[in-house]
Amino acid sequence: MPALGADMEAGTLVEWLVKPGVRVRLGDIIAVVETQKGAIEVEVFQEGVVSNILVPEGERVPVGTVLANIENAPGAASPVLSQNEIAAAPKPTQDALAEPPRPSLSVAPQVPRTKITPAARRRAAALYIDLATVKGTGVEGSIRLADVEAATSAPCATPSVKRGVDLTEMRRAIAAAMSRSKREIPHYYLTETVDLHAASTWTERFNADKAPAQRILPAVLFLKAAALALREWPQFNGVYTGGVFVPAPEVHIGWAIALRGGGLIAPAIRDTDRKSLTELMTAMRDLVERARRGILRSSELTSPTITVTNVGDRGAETVKGVIYPPQVAIIGFGRVVSRPWVVEDRIEGRPLVTVSLAADHRVTDGHIGGLYLEAIARYLQEPEKL
Amino acid sequence: MNAPQEAVASLRMTYREACKQALRQALLADSRVFLMGEDIGRYGGCYAVTKGLMEEFGEARVRDTPLSESAFVGAGVGAAMAGTRPIVEIMTVNFSLLALDQILNNAVTIPYMSGGQFAIPLIIRMATGGGRRVAAQHSHSLEGWYAHIPGLRVLTPATIEDARFMLIGALADPNPTLIFEHVMLYNMEGELSSDINAVDIDHAKVLRAGTDVSLITYGGSLFKTFEAAARLSKEGIEAEVVDLRTLRPLDTKTILASVARTRRCVIIDEGWRSGSISAEIGMRIAEQAFFELDAPLRRVCGREVPMPYAPHLEDACLPQPETIVAVARELVRPT
Amino acid sequence: MTHKVHLDHAHLRHLLKAMIRIRHFEAKCVELYQAQKILGFLHLYDGEEAVSVGVMEALTPSDAVVATYREHGQALARGVDPGCLVAEMLGKLNGCCRGRGGSMHFFHRAHRFYGGNAIVGGGLPLALGVALADKMLERAAVTACFFGEGAVDEGEFHETLNLAKLWQLPMLFVCENNLYSMGTAVERAEAETDFVHKASSYKIAGDKVDGMDVVAVESAARNAVDKIRATSEPYFLECRTYRLRAHSMFDAQLYRSKEEVEAWRKKGPIIRFQTWLEENRLIKAEEVSEIDKEVDAEIAAAVAFAEAGTLEPISEIERFVTMEEIPA
Repeated sequence: MPALGADMEAGTLVEWLVKPGVRVRLGDIIAVVETQKGAIEVEVFQEGVVSNILVPEGERVPVGTVLANIENAPGAASPVLSQNEIAAAPKPTQDALAEPPRPSLSVAPQVPRTKITPAARRRAAALYIDLATVKGTGVEGSIRLADVEAATSAPCATPSVKRGVDLTEMRRAIAAAMSRSKREIPHYYLTETVDLHAASTWTERFNADKAPAQRILPAVLFLKAAALALREWPQFNGVYTGGVFVPAPEVHIGWAIALRGGGLIAPAIRDTDRKSLTELMTAMRDLVERARRGILRSSELTSPTITVTNVGDRGAETVKGVIYPPQVAIIGFGRVVSRPWVVEDRIEGRPLVTVSLAADHRVTDGHIGGLYLEAIARYLQEPEKL
Repeated sequence: MNAPQEAVASLRMTYREACKQALRQALLADSRVFLMGEDIGRYGGCYAVTKGLMEEFGEARVRDTPLSESAFVGAGVGAAMAGTRPIVEIMTVNFSLLALDQILNNAVTIPYMSGGQFAIPLIIRMATGGGRRVAAQHSHSLEGWYAHIPGLRVLTPATIEDARFMLIGALADPNPTLIFEHVMLYNMEGELSSDINAVDIDHAKVLRAGTDVSLITYGGSLFKTFEAAARLSKEGIEAEVVDLRTLRPLDTKTILASVARTRRCVIIDEGWRSGSISAEIGMRIAEQAFFELDAPLRRVCGREVPMPYAPHLEDACLPQPETIVAVARELVRPT
Repeated sequence: MTHKVHLDHAHLRHLLKAMIRIRHFEAKCVELYQAQKILGFLHLYDGEEAVSVGVMEALTPSDAVVATYREHGQALARGVDPGCLVAEMLGKLNGCCRGRGGSMHFFHRAHRFYGGNAIVGGGLPLALGVALADKMLERAAVTACFFGEGAVDEGEFHETLNLAKLWQLPMLFVCENNLYSMGTAVERAEAETDFVHKASSYKIAGDKVDGMDVVAVESAARNAVDKIRATSEPYFLECRTYRLRAHSMFDAQLYRSKEEVEAWRKKGPIIRFQTWLEENRLIKAEEVSEIDKEVDAEIAAAVAFAEAGTLEPISEIERFVTMEEIPA
């Protein structure tokens, strides 16, 4: 079927003017084809004998379809031109337009978004500013550069977590806070290795007669020890704002909890120093569960006076934290390890934990820090008094 | 009227006079240059741009044509193709539609379609724009439309020096060039510094530096934009004014640099808003300077109506300083 | 009014061969088009060969030619190498226009062949400009502008004739009246079918000639061109001819009968000339077969040249949108 026009795609063979056995010459009309524009005669460009007809009269075929074969008689000069491959590109059809109806996607109700100009967004990222804390004064209430710049002098607020944790936002907030912390707070670091022999023996005995739900974890002892030590060294319990340290009247330790998906949150266990170990265990369990479900009270988030991070039994031996502003210290408990220890001139394997203190050098110095750590170590030697 | 021979610090002249001096310089410098257009010879030009040129250069080089836009523009294409340097005047852009086929189907296609065998170094000058109370068929601003066509240069001189020297720059270019002269600019007077004797035709120009908002415009809207910038300055808003000077090719680099500085942009374009050159500029800024923006893009354009006759209606259709001020102000100090 | 044409054997053979070359070339184009090697629009010249061949005899290489989309005849008669024409239609880089133009847009600088124009009437103002440039640069040249009778209806025709006369430009307006403007017969489109009369309304001298008679066309063209060179005034030549094939490849020719076409085929320029030559013993039958063979060999070589050509790399697609300089 020859291409007889730029937009011809198919034609109907309406009449054959030859049949098998007929000799044809260059220029002979051998068939009539019906197209959109009317009937057009088909010329042949070879010399030879028609050997077979492949497309019968009345059939509609696409351009390029072989209609008949012509055998060259011996001695015929004209070469047969090779057909181009018909382009394999899909041709538009009306059918493609009639797609089956898709199930309509349920659209979540729109939550009003904060408008932020591209330039402001970039600047906030560069300055580690949490845009959630910035008020917009731009067009349509958008946050613009000037607003972000104004926010650099304001104190950094703790991130608020709403129902259903938005990990991306949280990550952003953590990033902003951590960067700011490192930028503004002069950290100093101290570590102390503590013998947990007494503590672990005591805990074993304590747990021996308890149902699993009533048992306590070593972390609870760490928490209580750190809390009690703060009564002796209140310089690590409070906030630094407006250029001064404001000690907190109570001890609410922020307990760092890792969330599935990579978030991190440190809600407060209120009055940590006044709770019994069992009460602390219950509080901790409850917080972890609620934190992971994204249901925390705002007071739990805004009230920590210091943060403790405990890596548990799968973390590093020493963890040096980053202080969470506006707090002034963070205590890290590494992995409990079994190591050789000198006990009364003997070498024994003992359960040890490395406690680290990262503190704000504007408020305290290494001497006081060391005394604080010493106090924690001391409390952990008398677990029955915790 | 010849310019004085001795050097002077600057010369005061009208935009019209600057256009004429450019044509005169062209005719003197190259014998292949000749002018064609309606009433450019005996009448002296509809806008009096070519007054006296026929007397000076003769009828062969300053040819009055009958009212045959298609033929004399096409003749310009053929004459350029065959070795001369015709400068054709189409009285106004409104009449250029009769010659659109010769411009779009011949002038810009021949270099490409012939595989580079022929250049078409043709210049077509046209008056453009509204403001003269001459109603719908005589008030178009179609330079943005023409700027859509690849292969064409589209120039929009708005200052005395650009009117004086952009044509000369175009003569050195082997491509078909349209030069749009806004009707409201012909009477404008200004100083031409005597140490300027050429201008480039490829770049936009920052004519007023500013920090708070970029006002990007061309042609007849330039002076309204300057007026707006002056008023904004009194309010403590410093606007940067960018004269595009060439609509094709657009000097994207200068536009983006300005927006990166001020972070806010208003485009002022007398053409009808939809699908105008302001749309193209806005899109380029969105594509290439999105993260620099501290406010949405805005534009002040011609109202989308066939230009009405009544003066108060025509004024309402054209960009005005008050509108430019209001739009710019709202970006910088949102209410 | 007939100009003496030298009817020596060499010239006669040349005329016949030129027409046969066009006829066979067009047949080859059909073949290539049906095999989808030539794409887009294809407008063939069968039946009109005498017009191009006859007119080109009157022109010299320094004259200029502007043609239409039905330009294969003009291009070949002008002397453009068939190889670069086939290559152009195959979209190849070795085409006369790098494959940029195709069948409707042949340009050839060396032959002063200024297109190829797909807009009916679009070439007339262009031709006006070429003639104007030649006059201003004091080049003694005639610009021959070919167009169909349909173009006479476009405003450009009237604008151009008026200006050509007003500015006294050396232009030969060759109106190929093949009786159909695509599918519209001339009586259905023209209030006035006397085209010479239309030209005379612009005070342009003109002539009508039998476009199927190559010698008559040559004679009329020489006469016209002599006048143009002498007076620098335009001249109008209507050549009455007939288009034996359809307007383009995709045309069912519903607007005319097969009988009409067949009747014209019998009066076609090649048959007519060949018969006259044979009857007057000015050529032998073997010579005609020789011409056929020579022409077919030329065309085969042209096709081979074209098929061997490469495609323009897509990386060059924007080249020549704007020119860096004016080609010398």
